[in-house]
Amino acid sequence: MRSTRRRTRGRLPVALALPAVVGLAFLLVPLVGLLIRAPWRTLPSRLFSASVGEALRLSLVCASLATVVCLVLGVPLAWLLARGDVPGRGVLRALVTVPLVLPPVVGGVALLFVLGRRGLVGQHLDAWFGVSLPFTTAGVVLAEAFVAMPFLVISVEGALRAADPRYEEAAATLGASRWLAFRRVTLPSILPGVVAGTVLCWARALGEFGATITFAGNFPGETTTMPLAVYLALETDPDAAIVLSVVLLMVSVGVLAALRDRWVSGPS
Amino acid sequence: MRAPALVALLVVLAGCGASGTTAEDRITVFAAASLTEAFTRLGEDFEAANPGVDVMFNFGGSSALARQIGQGAPADVFASAAAANMAQVVDAGGTAAEPVTFARNRLAIAVPAGNPAGITGLAGFADDAAKIALCAQEVPCGAAAKRAFEAAGVVARPDTVEQDVKAVLTKVRLGEVDAALVYRTDVASAAGEVEGIGFPEADRTVNDYPIAPLAKARNAAGARAFVAHVRSDRGRAVLAGAGFDAP
Repeated sequence: MRSTRRRTRGRLPVALALPAVVGLAFLLVPLVGLLIRAPWRTLPSRLFSASVGEALRLSLVCASLATVVCLVLGVPLAWLLARGDVPGRGVLRALVTVPLVLPPVVGGVALLFVLGRRGLVGQHLDAWFGVSLPFTTAGVVLAEAFVAMPFLVISVEGALRAADPRYEEAAATLGASRWLAFRRVTLPSILPGVVAGTVLCWARALGEFGATITFAGNFPGETTTMPLAVYLALETDPDAAIVLSVVLLMVSVGVLAALRDRWVSGPS
Repeated sequence: MRAPALVALLVVLAGCGASGTTAEDRITVFAAASLTEAFTRLGEDFEAANPGVDVMFNFGGSSALARQIGQGAPADVFASAAAANMAQVVDAGGTAAEPVTFARNRLAIAVPAGNPAGITGLAGFADDAAKIALCAQEVPCGAAAKRAFEAAGVVARPDTVEQDVKAVLTKVRLGEVDAALVYRTDVASAAGEVEGIGFPEADRTVNDYPIAPLAKARNAAGARAFVAHVRSDRGRAVLAGAGFDAP
Protein backbone atom coordinates (compact mmCIF):
# COMPACT_ATOMS: atom_id res chain seq x y z
CA MET A 1 0.00 0.00 0.00
CA ARG A 2 2.79 2.30 0.97
CA SER A 3 4.48 2.11 -2.39
CA THR A 4 1.35 3.23 -4.19
CA ARG A 5 0.88 6.26 -2.01
CA ARG A 6 1.29 9.42 -4.02
CA ARG A 7 3.72 11.93 -2.66
CA THR A 8 2.96 15.58 -3.07
CA ARG A 9 6.06 17.23 -4.42
CA GLY A 10 7.22 20.79 -4.12
CA ARG A 11 8.67 23.16 -1.59
CA LEU A 12 7.92 22.63 2.08
CA PRO A 13 5.54 25.30 3.36
CA VAL A 14 7.47 27.70 5.60
CA ALA A 15 4.66 27.66 8.15
CA LEU A 16 5.46 23.98 8.73
CA ALA A 17 9.17 23.83 8.02
CA LEU A 18 10.19 26.60 10.42
CA PRO A 19 8.51 25.24 13.56
CA ALA A 20 9.65 21.75 12.57
CA VAL A 21 13.29 22.85 12.49
CA VAL A 22 12.89 24.71 15.79
CA GLY A 23 11.28 21.61 17.29
CA LEU A 24 14.12 19.41 16.08
CA ALA A 25 16.71 21.80 17.53
CA PHE A 26 14.79 21.97 20.81
CA LEU A 27 15.00 18.19 21.15
CA LEU A 28 18.55 17.69 19.92
CA VAL A 29 20.52 20.69 21.21
CA PRO A 30 20.38 19.58 24.88
CA LEU A 31 21.81 16.22 23.82
CA VAL A 32 24.58 18.01 21.93
CA GLY A 33 25.26 20.03 25.09
CA LEU A 34 25.64 16.79 27.03
CA LEU A 35 28.07 15.39 24.47
CA ILE A 36 30.16 18.58 24.35
CA ARG A 37 30.39 18.75 28.12
CA ALA A 38 31.30 15.04 28.47
CA PRO A 39 34.80 14.34 29.86
CA TRP A 40 35.94 12.38 26.82
CA ARG A 41 39.52 11.85 28.01
CA THR A 42 38.57 10.09 31.22
CA LEU A 43 35.53 8.46 29.67
CA PRO A 44 37.03 5.02 28.99
CA SER A 45 38.34 4.58 32.52
CA ARG A 46 35.07 5.73 34.04
CA LEU A 47 33.10 3.60 31.64
CA PHE A 48 34.62 0.36 32.76
CA SER A 49 34.37 1.03 36.46
CA ALA A 50 32.47 -1.62 38.35
CA SER A 51 29.68 0.66 39.52
CA VAL A 52 28.77 1.81 36.00
CA GLY A 53 28.70 -1.75 34.70
CA GLU A 54 26.55 -2.85 37.61
CA ALA A 55 24.03 -0.03 37.16
CA LEU A 56 23.90 -0.58 33.39
CA ARG A 57 23.39 -4.33 33.74
CA LEU A 58 20.66 -3.78 36.31
CA SER A 59 18.96 -1.19 34.10
CA LEU A 60 18.92 -3.46 31.07
CA VAL A 61 17.72 -6.50 33.01
CA CYS A 62 14.99 -4.62 34.87
CA ALA A 63 13.73 -2.74 31.80
CA SER A 64 13.58 -6.00 29.83
CA LEU A 65 11.77 -7.87 32.61
CA ALA A 66 9.36 -4.97 33.03
CA THR A 67 8.69 -5.09 29.28
CA VAL A 68 7.91 -8.81 29.52
CA VAL A 69 5.46 -8.10 32.36
CA CYS A 70 3.88 -5.36 30.24
CA LEU A 71 3.57 -7.65 27.22
CA VAL A 72 2.00 -10.50 29.17
CA LEU A 73 -0.54 -8.22 30.86
CA GLY A 74 -0.75 -5.32 28.43
CA VAL A 75 -1.55 -7.05 25.13
CA PRO A 76 -4.61 -8.84 26.57
CA LEU A 77 -5.64 -5.56 28.22
CA ALA A 78 -5.37 -3.75 24.90
CA TRP A 79 -7.45 -6.50 23.28
CA LEU A 80 -10.08 -6.08 26.00
CA LEU A 81 -10.22 -2.34 25.43
CA ALA A 82 -10.41 -2.64 21.65
CA ARG A 83 -12.60 -5.73 21.19
CA GLY A 84 -14.11 -6.76 24.51
CA ASP A 85 -17.79 -6.13 25.21
CA VAL A 86 -17.23 -4.52 28.58
CA PRO A 87 -19.38 -1.72 29.95
CA GLY A 88 -17.69 1.64 30.47
CA ARG A 89 -14.90 0.93 28.03
CA GLY A 90 -14.19 4.64 27.52
CA VAL A 91 -13.70 5.13 31.24
CA LEU A 92 -11.48 2.06 31.44
CA ARG A 93 -9.38 3.36 28.57
CA ALA A 94 -8.96 6.69 30.33
CA LEU A 95 -8.01 4.97 33.60
CA VAL A 96 -5.36 2.86 31.87
CA THR A 97 -3.60 6.02 30.75
CA VAL A 98 -3.49 7.52 34.26
CA PRO A 99 0.15 6.48 34.87
CA LEU A 100 1.03 8.60 31.81
CA VAL A 101 -0.01 11.82 33.52
CA LEU A 102 0.66 10.82 37.12
CA PRO A 103 4.00 12.15 38.37
CA PRO A 104 6.07 8.96 38.68
CA VAL A 105 6.98 9.80 42.28
CA VAL A 106 3.27 9.70 43.13
CA GLY A 107 3.03 6.39 41.29
CA GLY A 108 5.81 5.09 43.53
CA VAL A 109 4.02 6.22 46.68
CA ALA A 110 0.79 4.65 45.41
CA LEU A 111 2.65 1.37 44.88
CA LEU A 112 3.93 1.62 48.45
CA PHE A 113 0.37 2.08 49.72
CA VAL A 114 -0.64 -1.13 47.96
CA LEU A 115 2.45 -3.32 47.90
CA GLY A 116 4.48 -1.86 50.78
CA ARG A 117 4.92 -3.64 54.08
CA ARG A 118 1.85 -1.90 55.46
CA GLY A 119 0.07 -1.69 52.11
CA LEU A 120 -3.35 -3.13 51.27
CA VAL A 121 -1.89 -6.21 49.59
CA GLY A 122 1.68 -5.97 50.80
CA GLN A 123 0.86 -6.58 54.45
CA HIS A 124 -0.60 -9.98 53.55
CA LEU A 125 2.30 -10.83 51.26
CA ASP A 126 4.58 -10.04 54.18
CA ALA A 127 2.55 -11.94 56.79
CA TRP A 128 1.73 -15.03 54.73
CA PHE A 129 4.70 -15.52 52.46
CA GLY A 130 7.36 -13.34 54.04
CA VAL A 131 7.61 -11.49 50.72
CA SER A 132 8.51 -7.81 50.86
CA LEU A 133 8.74 -6.03 47.50
CA PRO A 134 10.09 -2.55 48.35
CA PHE A 135 13.88 -2.24 48.17
CA THR A 136 14.23 -5.30 45.94
CA THR A 137 15.04 -5.79 42.26
CA ALA A 138 11.52 -7.17 41.81
CA GLY A 139 10.28 -3.84 43.15
CA VAL A 140 12.25 -2.02 40.44
CA VAL A 141 10.63 -4.20 37.77
CA LEU A 142 7.16 -3.51 39.18
CA ALA A 143 7.72 0.25 39.39
CA GLU A 144 9.00 0.34 35.81
CA ALA A 145 6.15 -1.81 34.53
CA PHE A 146 3.59 0.43 36.24
CA VAL A 147 4.92 3.51 34.51
CA ALA A 148 5.66 1.91 31.12
CA MET A 149 2.63 -0.30 30.52
CA PRO A 150 0.28 2.45 29.23
CA PHE A 151 2.69 3.09 26.33
CA LEU A 152 2.33 -0.53 25.23
CA VAL A 153 -1.43 -0.69 25.81
CA ILE A 154 -2.15 2.49 23.86
CA SER A 155 0.05 1.41 20.98
CA VAL A 156 -1.40 -2.12 20.74
CA GLU A 157 -4.96 -0.90 21.19
CA GLY A 158 -4.50 1.59 18.37
CA ALA A 159 -3.22 -1.19 16.11
CA LEU A 160 -6.16 -3.42 17.07
CA ARG A 161 -8.69 -0.72 16.33
CA ALA A 162 -7.08 -0.02 12.98
CA ALA A 163 -7.05 -3.74 12.10
CA ASP A 164 -10.03 -5.06 10.18
CA PRO A 165 -12.17 -7.25 12.49
CA ARG A 166 -13.62 -9.05 9.48
CA TYR A 167 -10.58 -11.34 9.29
CA GLU A 168 -11.30 -12.49 12.84
CA GLU A 169 -14.95 -12.94 11.96
CA ALA A 170 -13.99 -14.96 8.89
CA ALA A 171 -11.77 -17.18 11.05
CA ALA A 172 -14.67 -17.62 13.47
CA THR A 173 -17.04 -18.70 10.68
CA LEU A 174 -14.42 -21.27 9.69
CA GLY A 175 -14.65 -22.73 13.19
CA ALA A 176 -11.73 -21.08 14.96
CA SER A 177 -12.23 -20.23 18.63
CA ARG A 178 -11.68 -16.61 19.66
CA TRP A 179 -8.39 -17.57 21.32
CA LEU A 180 -7.18 -19.36 18.20
CA ALA A 181 -8.31 -16.44 16.00
CA PHE A 182 -6.46 -14.03 18.29
CA ARG A 183 -3.24 -16.03 18.12
CA ARG A 184 -3.25 -16.95 14.45
CA VAL A 185 -5.05 -14.03 12.82
CA THR A 186 -5.18 -10.94 15.03
CA LEU A 187 -1.74 -11.04 16.61
CA PRO A 188 0.23 -11.45 13.34
CA SER A 189 -1.73 -8.62 11.75
CA ILE A 190 -0.98 -6.16 14.58
CA LEU A 191 2.63 -7.26 15.09
CA PRO A 192 4.14 -3.92 13.98
CA GLY A 193 1.98 -2.14 16.55
CA VAL A 194 3.02 -4.59 19.25
CA VAL A 195 6.70 -4.17 18.42
CA ALA A 196 6.43 -0.38 18.35
CA GLY A 197 4.65 -0.47 21.71
CA THR A 198 7.24 -2.83 23.12
CA VAL A 199 10.07 -0.54 22.07
CA LEU A 200 8.39 2.51 23.58
CA CYS A 201 7.63 0.59 26.75
CA TRP A 202 11.22 -0.65 27.09
CA ALA A 203 12.63 2.82 26.50
CA ARG A 204 10.31 4.33 29.09
CA ALA A 205 11.23 1.61 31.60
CA LEU A 206 14.95 2.15 30.97
CA GLY A 207 14.71 5.85 31.83
CA GLU A 208 12.33 5.40 34.78
CA PHE A 209 13.42 7.32 37.87
CA GLY A 210 10.68 8.68 40.14
CA ALA A 211 8.58 5.59 40.80
CA THR A 212 11.69 3.44 41.10
CA ILE A 213 13.45 5.54 43.72
CA THR A 214 10.22 5.98 45.71
CA PHE A 215 9.08 2.37 45.67
CA ALA A 216 12.31 0.41 45.35
CA GLY A 217 14.75 2.79 47.01
CA ASN A 218 18.38 2.98 46.02
CA PHE A 219 20.96 0.30 46.76
CA PRO A 220 23.91 -0.45 44.47
CA GLY A 221 23.62 -3.78 42.70
CA GLU A 222 20.01 -4.29 43.76
CA THR A 223 17.95 -1.23 42.90
CA THR A 224 20.37 1.43 41.64
CA THR A 225 19.55 1.67 37.96
CA MET A 226 21.32 4.12 35.64
CA PRO A 227 18.89 7.05 36.15
CA LEU A 228 19.28 6.72 39.94
CA ALA A 229 23.05 6.53 39.61
CA VAL A 230 22.97 9.68 37.47
CA TYR A 231 20.95 11.56 40.06
CA LEU A 232 23.21 10.55 42.92
CA ALA A 233 26.37 11.32 40.94
CA LEU A 234 25.07 14.85 40.26
CA GLU A 235 25.40 15.55 43.99
CA THR A 236 29.15 15.15 44.04
CA ASP A 237 30.62 14.38 40.64
CA PRO A 238 28.76 16.00 37.72
CA ASP A 239 31.31 14.54 35.27
CA ALA A 240 30.40 11.03 36.37
CA ALA A 241 26.72 11.89 35.94
CA ILE A 242 27.40 13.03 32.37
CA VAL A 243 29.31 9.85 31.60
CA LEU A 244 26.46 7.74 32.92
CA SER A 245 23.97 9.77 30.89
CA VAL A 246 26.01 9.41 27.70
CA VAL A 247 26.20 5.66 28.25
CA LEU A 248 22.45 5.44 28.78
CA LEU A 249 21.90 7.60 25.72
CA MET A 250 24.13 5.47 23.51
CA VAL A 251 22.64 2.19 24.70
CA SER A 252 19.07 3.33 24.21
CA VAL A 253 19.70 4.95 20.82
CA GLY A 254 21.62 1.85 19.72
CA VAL A 255 18.91 -0.57 20.77
CA LEU A 256 16.11 1.55 19.35
CA ALA A 257 17.91 2.02 16.03
CA ALA A 258 18.64 -1.71 15.78
CA LEU A 259 15.03 -2.61 16.53
CA ARG A 260 13.75 -0.05 14.08
CA ASP A 261 15.84 -1.40 11.22
CA ARG A 262 14.97 -4.96 12.07
CA TRP A 263 11.25 -4.82 12.71
CA VAL A 264 9.68 -1.43 12.51
CA SER A 265 9.81 -0.46 8.86
CA GLY A 266 8.65 3.10 8.98
CA PRO A 267 8.20 5.08 5.77
CA SER A 268 11.63 6.50 5.01
CA MET B 1 -21.28 37.37 26.25
CA ARG B 2 -17.89 36.15 25.25
CA ALA B 3 -16.21 39.51 24.75
CA PRO B 4 -16.94 40.87 28.27
CA ALA B 5 -15.72 37.59 29.76
CA LEU B 6 -12.49 37.94 27.81
CA VAL B 7 -12.08 41.53 28.94
CA ALA B 8 -12.68 40.46 32.54
CA LEU B 9 -10.05 37.76 32.18
CA LEU B 10 -7.54 40.23 30.75
CA VAL B 11 -8.23 42.65 33.60
CA VAL B 12 -7.65 39.89 36.13
CA LEU B 13 -4.42 38.84 34.42
CA ALA B 14 -3.24 42.44 34.24
CA GLY B 15 -4.07 42.81 37.93
CA CYS B 16 -1.96 39.77 38.71
CA GLY B 17 0.94 41.29 36.85
CA ALA B 18 0.55 44.68 38.54
CA SER B 19 0.12 43.35 42.05
CA GLY B 20 3.07 40.97 41.60
CA THR B 21 5.83 41.91 44.00
CA THR B 22 8.81 43.88 42.78
CA ALA B 23 12.40 43.05 43.66
CA GLU B 24 12.33 45.41 46.66
CA ASP B 25 9.62 43.60 48.55
CA ARG B 26 10.46 40.00 47.72
CA ILE B 27 13.20 38.02 49.46
CA THR B 28 14.15 34.70 47.90
CA VAL B 29 15.73 32.27 50.35
CA PHE B 30 17.42 29.02 49.29
CA ALA B 31 17.48 26.78 52.35
CA ALA B 32 18.37 23.18 53.21
CA ALA B 33 15.44 20.74 53.27
CA SER B 34 15.92 20.15 57.01
CA LEU B 35 15.08 23.83 57.62
CA THR B 36 11.65 23.55 56.00
CA GLU B 37 9.49 23.79 59.15
CA ALA B 38 11.62 26.30 61.07
CA PHE B 39 12.21 28.66 58.14
CA THR B 40 8.57 28.58 57.06
CA ARG B 41 7.69 29.84 60.55
CA LEU B 42 10.45 32.46 60.45
CA GLY B 43 9.28 33.60 57.03
CA GLU B 44 5.73 34.12 58.31
CA ASP B 45 7.07 36.08 61.29
CA PHE B 46 9.18 38.25 59.03
CA GLU B 47 6.26 38.97 56.70
CA ALA B 48 4.04 39.87 59.67
CA ALA B 49 6.68 42.27 61.00
CA ASN B 50 7.32 43.80 57.56
CA PRO B 51 3.98 44.31 55.82
CA GLY B 52 4.20 44.13 52.03
CA VAL B 53 7.31 41.97 52.07
CA ASP B 54 7.10 38.53 50.53
CA VAL B 55 9.54 35.82 51.61
CA MET B 56 9.85 33.03 49.05
CA PHE B 57 11.59 29.74 49.89
CA ASN B 58 13.30 27.13 47.79
CA PHE B 59 13.95 24.13 50.02
CA GLY B 60 16.16 21.33 48.77
CA GLY B 61 19.36 19.35 49.25
CA SER B 62 22.19 21.75 50.13
CA SER B 63 24.44 20.54 47.34
CA ALA B 64 21.70 20.94 44.74
CA LEU B 65 20.95 24.45 46.01
CA ALA B 66 24.64 25.40 45.91
CA ARG B 67 24.78 24.16 42.33
CA GLN B 68 21.68 26.17 41.39
CA ILE B 69 23.18 29.33 42.93
CA GLY B 70 26.41 28.70 41.04
CA GLN B 71 24.43 28.54 37.81
CA GLY B 72 22.76 31.87 38.42
CA ALA B 73 19.50 30.98 40.17
CA PRO B 74 17.87 34.18 41.50
CA ALA B 75 18.51 33.84 45.25
CA ASP B 76 19.00 36.51 47.92
CA VAL B 77 19.96 34.29 50.87
CA PHE B 78 21.52 30.82 51.16
CA ALA B 79 21.17 28.70 54.30
CA SER B 80 23.09 25.44 54.00
CA ALA B 81 23.03 22.24 56.08
CA ALA B 82 26.76 21.78 55.58
CA ALA B 83 29.79 24.05 55.66
CA ALA B 84 31.14 22.36 52.51
CA ASN B 85 28.22 23.45 50.35
CA MET B 86 28.44 27.02 51.64
CA ALA B 87 32.18 26.93 50.88
CA GLN B 88 31.34 26.05 47.28
CA VAL B 89 29.32 29.27 46.97
CA VAL B 90 31.93 31.35 48.85
CA ASP B 91 34.74 30.04 46.61
CA ALA B 92 32.78 31.08 43.54
CA GLY B 93 32.46 34.61 44.97
CA GLY B 94 28.75 34.13 45.46
CA THR B 95 28.33 35.56 48.98
CA ALA B 96 27.94 39.24 49.92
CA ALA B 97 29.15 38.75 53.51
CA GLU B 98 31.04 36.21 55.58
CA PRO B 99 28.75 33.20 56.28
CA VAL B 100 27.78 32.77 59.94
CA THR B 101 26.72 29.60 61.70
CA PHE B 102 23.19 30.10 63.00
CA ALA B 103 22.26 26.59 64.16
CA ARG B 104 23.58 23.10 64.68
CA ASN B 105 21.90 19.78 64.11
CA ARG B 106 22.67 16.21 65.06
CA LEU B 107 21.46 12.82 63.96
CA ALA B 108 18.95 10.65 65.77
CA ILE B 109 17.65 7.17 65.15
CA ALA B 110 14.13 7.30 63.74
CA VAL B 111 11.80 4.32 64.05
CA PRO B 112 8.11 3.99 63.13
CA ALA B 113 5.66 4.60 66.00
CA GLY B 114 5.77 1.62 68.38
CA ASN B 115 9.28 0.64 67.24
CA PRO B 116 8.17 -2.68 65.67
CA ALA B 117 11.68 -4.08 65.29
CA GLY B 118 12.75 -3.13 68.81
CA ILE B 119 15.75 -1.02 67.76
CA THR B 120 17.66 0.41 70.74
CA GLY B 121 20.89 1.73 69.30
CA LEU B 122 23.24 1.83 66.34
CA ALA B 123 24.02 -1.90 66.75
CA GLY B 124 20.51 -2.60 65.41
CA PHE B 125 21.63 -1.21 62.04
CA ALA B 126 23.93 -4.21 61.50
CA ASP B 127 20.98 -6.62 61.70
CA ASP B 128 20.25 -8.01 58.25
CA ALA B 129 16.67 -8.89 59.18
CA ALA B 130 15.79 -5.27 59.94
CA LYS B 131 14.92 -2.93 57.07
CA ILE B 132 17.26 0.04 57.24
CA ALA B 133 17.29 3.35 55.34
CA LEU B 134 20.22 5.76 55.35
CA CYS B 135 21.20 8.92 53.48
CA ALA B 136 23.69 8.41 50.66
CA GLN B 137 27.24 9.21 51.75
CA GLU B 138 27.38 11.97 49.14
CA VAL B 139 24.85 14.14 51.01
CA PRO B 140 25.51 15.78 54.42
CA CYS B 141 23.27 13.49 56.50
CA GLY B 142 24.92 10.43 54.96
CA ALA B 143 28.40 11.74 55.71
CA ALA B 144 27.34 12.35 59.32
CA ALA B 145 25.88 8.83 59.54
CA LYS B 146 29.18 7.41 58.31
CA ARG B 147 31.03 9.20 61.12
CA ALA B 148 28.56 7.83 63.68
CA PHE B 149 28.96 4.23 62.51
CA GLU B 150 32.74 4.56 62.45
CA ALA B 151 32.70 5.88 66.01
CA ALA B 152 30.42 3.05 67.12
CA GLY B 153 32.35 0.39 65.23
CA VAL B 154 29.17 -0.81 63.53
CA VAL B 155 28.95 -1.91 59.90
CA ALA B 156 25.49 -0.79 58.82
CA ARG B 157 23.51 -2.99 56.43
CA PRO B 158 21.13 -0.53 54.73
CA ASP B 159 18.41 -1.72 52.37
CA THR B 160 18.25 1.65 50.68
CA VAL B 161 20.45 4.75 50.57
CA GLU B 162 18.34 7.80 49.79
CA GLN B 163 19.27 11.09 48.16
CA ASP B 164 18.01 13.38 50.87
CA VAL B 165 17.01 13.19 54.49
CA LYS B 166 13.32 13.85 53.85
CA ALA B 167 13.13 10.81 51.56
CA VAL B 168 14.61 8.72 54.39
CA LEU B 169 12.07 10.16 56.82
CA THR B 170 9.21 9.31 54.44
CA LYS B 171 10.26 5.65 54.40
CA VAL B 172 10.07 5.61 58.22
CA ARG B 173 6.74 7.44 58.27
CA LEU B 174 5.23 4.88 55.90
CA GLY B 175 6.60 2.06 58.06
CA GLU B 176 8.56 0.66 55.12
CA VAL B 177 11.77 0.57 57.13
CA ASP B 178 12.39 -0.41 60.75
CA ALA B 179 15.04 2.19 61.46
CA ALA B 180 16.86 5.10 59.85
CA LEU B 181 19.30 7.84 60.75
CA VAL B 182 17.86 11.32 60.24
CA TYR B 183 18.35 14.72 61.84
CA ARG B 184 16.89 15.25 65.28
CA THR B 185 14.80 18.05 63.76
CA ASP B 186 13.26 15.60 61.28
CA VAL B 187 12.11 13.38 64.13
CA ALA B 188 10.53 16.44 65.76
CA SER B 189 8.75 17.38 62.51
CA ALA B 190 7.16 13.92 62.25
CA ALA B 191 6.22 13.55 65.93
CA GLY B 192 3.41 11.04 66.35
CA GLU B 193 4.36 8.96 63.34
CA VAL B 194 8.04 8.60 64.11
CA GLU B 195 9.87 8.00 67.38
CA GLY B 196 13.37 9.29 67.96
CA ILE B 197 16.11 7.46 69.82
CA GLY B 198 19.29 9.24 70.89
CA PHE B 199 22.66 7.50 70.83
CA PRO B 200 26.03 8.32 72.43
CA GLU B 201 27.88 8.69 69.12
CA ALA B 202 25.48 11.48 68.05
CA ASP B 203 28.10 14.00 69.27
CA ARG B 204 30.18 12.98 66.25
CA THR B 205 27.35 13.85 63.89
CA VAL B 206 26.90 17.51 64.79
CA ASN B 207 26.90 19.71 61.70
CA ASP B 208 26.90 23.47 61.37
CA TYR B 209 24.30 25.41 59.43
CA PRO B 210 25.84 28.54 57.84
CA ILE B 211 23.77 31.37 56.37
CA ALA B 212 24.87 34.25 54.14
CA PRO B 213 23.35 36.99 51.96
CA LEU B 214 24.32 36.48 48.32
CA ALA B 215 26.38 38.73 46.07
CA LYS B 216 23.88 38.67 43.23
CA ALA B 217 20.88 39.37 45.46
CA ARG B 218 18.24 41.51 43.79
CA ASN B 219 17.15 42.61 47.24
CA ALA B 220 20.39 43.10 49.19
CA ALA B 221 18.80 45.03 52.06
CA GLY B 222 16.07 42.42 52.42
CA ALA B 223 18.65 39.64 52.39
CA ARG B 224 20.60 41.24 55.26
CA ALA B 225 17.39 41.85 57.20
CA PHE B 226 16.29 38.23 56.85
CA VAL B 227 19.69 36.92 57.96
CA ALA B 228 19.47 39.22 61.01
CA HIS B 229 15.95 37.91 61.70
CA VAL B 230 17.18 34.30 61.65
CA ARG B 231 19.94 35.23 64.12
CA SER B 232 17.63 37.24 66.42
CA ASP B 233 16.35 35.94 69.75
CA ARG B 234 13.02 35.15 68.10
CA GLY B 235 14.84 33.24 65.34
CA ARG B 236 16.84 31.26 67.86
CA ALA B 237 13.68 30.38 69.77
CA VAL B 238 11.95 29.04 66.64
CA LEU B 239 15.04 27.04 65.67
CA ALA B 240 15.34 25.61 69.18
CA GLY B 241 11.65 24.69 69.07
CA ALA B 242 12.30 22.69 65.89
CA GLY B 243 15.07 20.75 67.63
CA PHE B 244 18.18 22.66 66.52
CA ASP B 245 21.10 23.33 68.87
CA ALA B 246 22.28 26.89 69.30
CA PRO B 247 25.63 27.61 67.59
